[in-house]
Amino acid sequence: MGLKTPLYDIHVSSGAKIIDFGGWDMPLSYGSQLDEHRAVRRDSGLFDVSHMCVVDLTGARVREFLRYVLANDVAKLTVPGTALYSCMLTPGGGVIDDLIVYFLTDAWFRMVVNAGTRGKDLKWLEQHAAPFGVSVRERKDLAILAVQGPLAREKTAALLSAAHRETALRIPRFSGAAVDSWFLARTGYTGEDGFEIMLPAEEAATVWRALVARGVMAAGLGARDTLRLEAGMSLYGSDMDESRNPLESGLAWTVAFEPGERDFIGRAALEHVRAQGCDEMVGLVLEERGVLRNHQPVFAGPPGKSPGLKIGEITSGTFSPTLNRAIALARVQRGAPARVLVEIRGQPHAARVVKPPFVRNGKALIE
Amino acid sequence: MSENVPDDLQYTRTHEWIRDLGNGQVEIGITDHAQQALGDLVFVEVPQVGRELKAGEACAVVESVKAASDVYSPVSGSVAARNDALSDKPELLNSDPYGQGWLMRVTRGSAPADGPFLKAAEYAQFVKEAG
Repeated sequence: MGLKTPLYDIHVSSGAKIIDFGGWDMPLSYGSQLDEHRAVRRDSGLFDVSHMCVVDLTGARVREFLRYVLANDVAKLTVPGTALYSCMLTPGGGVIDDLIVYFLTDAWFRMVVNAGTRGKDLKWLEQHAAPFGVSVRERKDLAILAVQGPLAREKTAALLSAAHRETALRIPRFSGAAVDSWFLARTGYTGEDGFEIMLPAEEAATVWRALVARGVMAAGLGARDTLRLEAGMSLYGSDMDESRNPLESGLAWTVAFEPGERDFIGRAALEHVRAQGCDEMVGLVLEERGVLRNHQPVFAGPPGKSPGLKIGEITSGTFSPTLNRAIALARVQRGAPARVLVEIRGQPHAARVVKPPFVRNGKALIE
Repeated sequence: MSENVPDDLQYTRTHEWIRDLGNGQVEIGITDHAQQALGDLVFVEVPQVGRELKAGEACAVVESVKAASDVYSPVSGSVAARNDALSDKPELLNSDPYGQGWLMRVTRGSAPADGPFLKAAEYAQFVKEAG
């Protein structure tokens, strides 16, 4: 028996297949994972992501604290409501977690961290916040719904009063705003437009039912995983963890080395890695039939010959419902050839090396 | 979700079904329970016609979006036919696991009969207890 979100009973009564995810009993799918995936790409889908952990950080020096504890630089956040994706690193540069942080006021930032890393994240934050006089408070009173897809914003806004609707639809990408009792953010993990709604736990069931009644399809963690992988987004624990740094995890773009005088945890280690060079994350598209899976080894090829040198491993692989073939993220040695071989059940299969994302806003970006 | 377990088939504990075609051949597939557990099937690999199989041998692979699963031959014999429609339409395994979603037909060898297999009621009970 795992932890349960306020929507657990709805999931069960909707026929969801329930799995353990980071200690939580979560819906994998309500029927067809492929239908749920396609609903998000073409119309709208609804995810319960209340297992994720909302943390409010408050104090006069909260910005200074976050500039120290995060690899990305919250100095980029100048307009209240704006959000930033970042890694939180060990001194050795390993990824403790990846997260989104929202700038609410000069003395209040909100962070959303992964469910499976909640305990260590809170401990780490508390330990480093103390010297800055910053308080760390987990918001267990909030649930999170992700409404994603080209029609997601419209269908969500339709639940609001006219005045609130206008506010909601004006929220810029990667920003959030307080709308009535909700914190409404135009963020997500699918590669589609949409909202993540943080709301009082006791309102979650009502809002869930209202969205489903408007034709938003309930979608589980299965579809969430294929959607995020098509969108080229990393999954903590698969694509990176404390034994991997962001530069070898496709997350160099989230590390703010500039300004050079900003000291953040992990900086020295990453500067060393950057100078030495490291593996890199690439996208793979399987050119043959089959499905790419996590941990399959990647070889340099050439195709048709012996597999050659092992150059890396798949960190996230799946079947892409949009491209109708297998795709993956793989960590490989720098300078991989344009085509590689992936070993599937002992047999080499040709795959093309591409730059993620594979799909954005309903459109395939890969041939 | 209710699961269909037709009375006229035999079953294995690894969730294959066996249909006796009466001409020395058996037709083999995966059960409704198996397809529901796997979810949407996206890739199926069935053995070449003529391949000699041993009972219990992993001979086919079915992959859903979330997982790959081996299919074990319930019988020894030689592959007489395989369902090539599945390469373009693996979803037939989801929509019609006992019909259009069949995997292969095997001509049973002269070896002693394989099995014993589970009858429908026994398989239904087995799934219920395992679930």
